Amino acid sequence: MEQNPVDYVETQYFTFAEPPNELVLKSGVKIGPVTLAYETTGKLNAAKSNAILILHALTGDAHVTGFHPGSTKPGWWDNMVGPGKAFDTDKYFIICSNVLGSCKGSTGPASINPNTGKPYGLAFPVISIRDMVVAQRQLIDHLGIDQLLCVAGGSMGGFQALKWSVLYPERVRSSIVIAAGVRHSAQQIAFNVVARQAIMSDPDWNGGDYYGKTIPARGLALARMMGHITYMSDKSMQEKFGRKLISKERLGYDFSLDFEVENYLKYRGDSFVQRFDANSWLYLSKALDYFDLTAEDDLVKVFETVQSSFLVIAFTSDWLYPPYQTKEIVKALKTNDVDVSFIEIQSDYGHDAFLVEVEGQAQIISHFLNRMQGDSARG
Amino acid sequence: MAEKTPLVTDLMQVNLIFRTIVDLVAEKSKVLDLGCGDGTLLSLLIRYKQCTGTGIEIDEKAIYQCVAKGLAVSHGNIDTGLADYSSKRFDYVILSETIQQVMNPREVILESLRIGKKIVVVIPNFCHISARLQLFFRGRVPVTKELPFQWYDTPNLSFLSLKDFRAFCRQEKIKIIEARGISTNHRIFVMPNLFAKVGLFVLEK
Repeated sequence: MEQNPVDYVETQYFTFAEPPNELVLKSGVKIGPVTLAYETTGKLNAAKSNAILILHALTGDAHVTGFHPGSTKPGWWDNMVGPGKAFDTDKYFIICSNVLGSCKGSTGPASINPNTGKPYGLAFPVISIRDMVVAQRQLIDHLGIDQLLCVAGGSMGGFQALKWSVLYPERVRSSIVIAAGVRHSAQQIAFNVVARQAIMSDPDWNGGDYYGKTIPARGLALARMMGHITYMSDKSMQEKFGRKLISKERLGYDFSLDFEVENYLKYRGDSFVQRFDANSWLYLSKALDYFDLTAEDDLVKVFETVQSSFLVIAFTSDWLYPPYQTKEIVKALKTNDVDVSFIEIQSDYGHDAFLVEVEGQAQIISHFLNRMQGDSARG
Repeated sequence: MAEKTPLVTDLMQVNLIFRTIVDLVAEKSKVLDLGCGDGTLLSLLIRYKQCTGTGIEIDEKAIYQCVAKGLAVSHGNIDTGLADYSSKRFDYVILSETIQQVMNPREVILESLRIGKKIVVVIPNFCHISARLQLFFRGRVPVTKELPFQWYDTPNLSFLSLKDFRAFCRQEKIKIIEARGISTNHRIFVMPNLFAKVGLFVLEK
């Protein structure tokens, strides 16, 4: 991809909730100060009506599009966000912030605990999807935006988009929810439990206190391997790897690497530990497991107050967040007479489809946003 | 990016079935188009009758075309998708050449009558004269311009005539408010069950 220095994006930081005005979390625990790392692309119009907040998934970050100075690696959703793309930065002001609890510039377990001068580790409070959203709202306030044209995200980003629409209905003109459901199911919790156990049973994890020492690389790599299996599909794995052997003619009859899929997962696991904090994985996966929009009321009731229009997208082969769970959202929105569009995109890529199935998603999202922007201009 | 799709189709360029529906639907109605295809009818109703509305369509490609027209539609199966709506939510529920392709036509029609104050049903006439002639003289199951499918590869699950549909309405105590026989581009007044290629009914219950 051609790099233009003018298009460089830089991460910015917003710090709030300075004591004594700490952020009160869903658990009742207070935390402050809180820093959110965020990036913006495109121009906010004079009416401040073209802002879109993009919400990232478990291991994502604020770097959604473009290049950092000196880097050749584009943002994580660069194929969807940029000039002329689905989230068109020529038309929209795109904001993406790293979630609370992550390790990509926002406050999380690896950040310095002001009370001790050392990294929080497990002293970091357990956070929820709601807490991420409440923190983001502070950022949106700070940017002076009353109403977002759209909140959009896949996977954990989809959960945040739902929470935004329910928690701040008047602040959201439209919501795009991709490959997500209304709660974490037993199976989804089960996957996360195994991943957390992998981290916590690594002796280097040391009760979460490993900063400045050896990181729990083996545990985190295992967690990532586990995650990767759930992000793909039976078919995509079969097509990508089959039973292909890794640089050998026949089975080794030992416990060295035999299969290409083994090698791939190991590579994925090992490279991940260089860029992600094990404790952040624990906290974010916990936030996912705690997510249940229907914890206090049935979904139809929960959606009674939403004001945004919705675009909901599922993928046929997604077995981590299967389409039937996504359809629950659509059903309850329809019952409430909410303007909702739904598409189940045929794809073999499993949950990863939301990052790789660009064409169909791009088409549907750009047209949906056109309508939303047109309506705002008229309304 | 997606190619430009015209936002609305000109009324004179569409077939008589759609023109008749646009004609019959009251202004500013709230409509639900079941099996809305590429959204042509919905966008006509929005343009010419200031309707609001949505649709359900099973074909993924058609959903892209609908959204490109600025419509809010749902990808899914109408055999199971109607329970989401509360009673008499819509002024009109439209089943335009859809009903012969669903698993449970009776259920779908009754559900449509529950959620819609009125429903518009368009059915292909399997007893049109050309079909009858093929059946009688060739001894073959008819394949016509309007019913172009071979038996082994057809989306149609139910085969009915205008008379069959009227009998069904009688049996279910459904009131027929309006009935039209339509051939390719004109209305059929005489012996519609023989000469109309489609039947268009406005019903209520």
